[in-house]
Amino acid sequence: MDFVIIIASGLCLFIGSFLCVVGGIGILRFPDFYTRMHAVGVTETLGAGLILIGLMIISSDLLVFAKLVMVLLLTLLIGPTTSHVLAKAAFVNGLAPKLNSNSHEKNDIEQLSNEENDSSNS
Amino acid sequence: MLIGHFNYWIVVVLMMIGLYIVIAHGNLIKKIVGLVIFQTSVFIFYISMAKVDGGTAPILADDISQYSNPLPHVLILTAIVVGIATTALALSLVVRIKEEYGSIEEQKIQSQDNLSQDKLSQENLSQDNKILVNQSQINQYQTSQAQENQIQEYQQDGKHR
Amino acid sequence: MLLGIYGLLSAIFFVAMDAVDVAFTEAAVGAGISSLLMLVAITMTGRNENTTRHKPISALFIVIITGGLLLYGTFDMPYFGAVEASINSHVVPRYINDSMQEIGIPNIVTSVLASYRAFDTFGEVVVIFTAGIGVLALLSVGRRPKDDDKIASINDSMSEQYLVVRIVTKMLIPFIMLFALYVQFHGDFGPGGGFQAGVIFAAAIILYAMLFGLSTANKVINQTFIELMAALGVLLYGCVGIVSLLNGGNFFDFNVLSNDPIAGQHLGIILIELGVGCTVASVMILIFFNFAGRKELQNNNSNKNEESC
Repeated sequence: MDFVIIIASGLCLFIGSFLCVVGGIGILRFPDFYTRMHAVGVTETLGAGLILIGLMIISSDLLVFAKLVMVLLLTLLIGPTTSHVLAKAAFVNGLAPKLNSNSHEKNDIEQLSNEENDSSNS
Repeated sequence: MLIGHFNYWIVVVLMMIGLYIVIAHGNLIKKIVGLVIFQTSVFIFYISMAKVDGGTAPILADDISQYSNPLPHVLILTAIVVGIATTALALSLVVRIKEEYGSIEEQKIQSQDNLSQDKLSQENLSQDNKILVNQSQINQYQTSQAQENQIQEYQQDGKHR
Repeated sequence: MLLGIYGLLSAIFFVAMDAVDVAFTEAAVGAGISSLLMLVAITMTGRNENTTRHKPISALFIVIITGGLLLYGTFDMPYFGAVEASINSHVVPRYINDSMQEIGIPNIVTSVLASYRAFDTFGEVVVIFTAGIGVLALLSVGRRPKDDDKIASINDSMSEQYLVVRIVTKMLIPFIMLFALYVQFHGDFGPGGGFQAGVIFAAAIILYAMLFGLSTANKVINQTFIELMAALGVLLYGCVGIVSLLNGGNFFDFNVLSNDPIAGQHLGIILIELGVGCTVASVMILIFFNFAGRKELQNNNSNKNEESC
């Protein structure tokens, strides 16, 4: 039984750190701000969550377990919100996503950004 | 021998980077960043001196015999918060300088200061000149008055004889 | 931005050096407040810089010589982690061995900070208070004109844009404040204490002010009230010292504050940390409010210039 717990927590920690590294590679390799935010937001939240779950499994004390649960809840709440705020700030201030030469999407994006700018200026 | 001292080397390198930034850059905000790097290097110096091999954090627990030195921790704890307060004060000074002088480049601020200093000294000089000119006019008037008095005396002497 | 990363890296380094209190403070202050203040200052002063025309050779020369001299000076210092180094052998064994009997709290750093060296901490708190006064003197805006309608309309139009963040923040801010209180009162038993708690509490209020606007934050917490709290913190700290004087002991001698010396120490430490937390939180909030208020004043002046031209 002990053996299973240690294996499970080791697996969670390993997958979590692997996901964090993948998120870091994503920041370096993706071409555009928005795709980078997407890469980081998803992988980092899940990676941090898995690391915390791995720690929770081998925690020796109920107090430590409860503190880790609180930290996990807050991480799940704050991580996606942060990437949302960054992407929204970039969009409102005019950073346009880099698209292929697909005219439908470009027109839509321009319309949306014009609406946002109007509502923020007026 | 040398390997045991490597933490001091890192501290000295960081300190010199901070010092170089303060001296060599003209932009005031960059100087403040240099100061922050300098501050952090001093913190690292103290904290690395406090570490004891085999010790743990200085919180008393029953099964630990060797603790790290807590005295530098105390000093640096307050130093960090005081550092941020003084950095905030420096940044507010920079904001006010920008409002008054219009730029945060050291050269431009210095040249504006020199200009206003020159203007002030020129005004003082011109006022002094005016006083001097008045004084010389008064002197000339007085000498001419004295000369006329003398001429009148000679004429009266001449009439007497 | 890089300041935030730099602060976080130094916090990790401090944890590796077993300095948990210091790491806590550095993470809260360096990675949070410091980068925020830098960003606000850069907003007001511009992002571009004149490139220097001359190569600063003499500065490099001075730096290299000074660095060499300092390195030469460190050859005599004790090795990294030496147990028998002189800084570990004079006053510190007394602190480590006698702290439990004399003061009775497990966290040695808090006991040294708040009881053995309370006078130094008093000076530090006064320095923080003075920095707050300095920022007030330089950047305060005075009575803001009451244009409530315009501000309310701006808030309404922005509320749709910032809906997600506002809701998440409303859920988070109580937890942040609760955590600040936990850190404040738990400083005896784990890492924590007044400084960290003050910074975390200020971070909660600053988050609220950033998202909901400065005037709404002013209605929630008045600037006058915050100035009062800053002064009250220092006053509380000094009064504890004076009360111990009046009870017959030295200045900041907590043994005389109550019948039992240990209870007196506990009482003194709690009151002192409360004073420190009040002052640090109020000064951080004051600094942010004044920076942001100045920025608003600059914006209003530039808008008025545009309208008049």
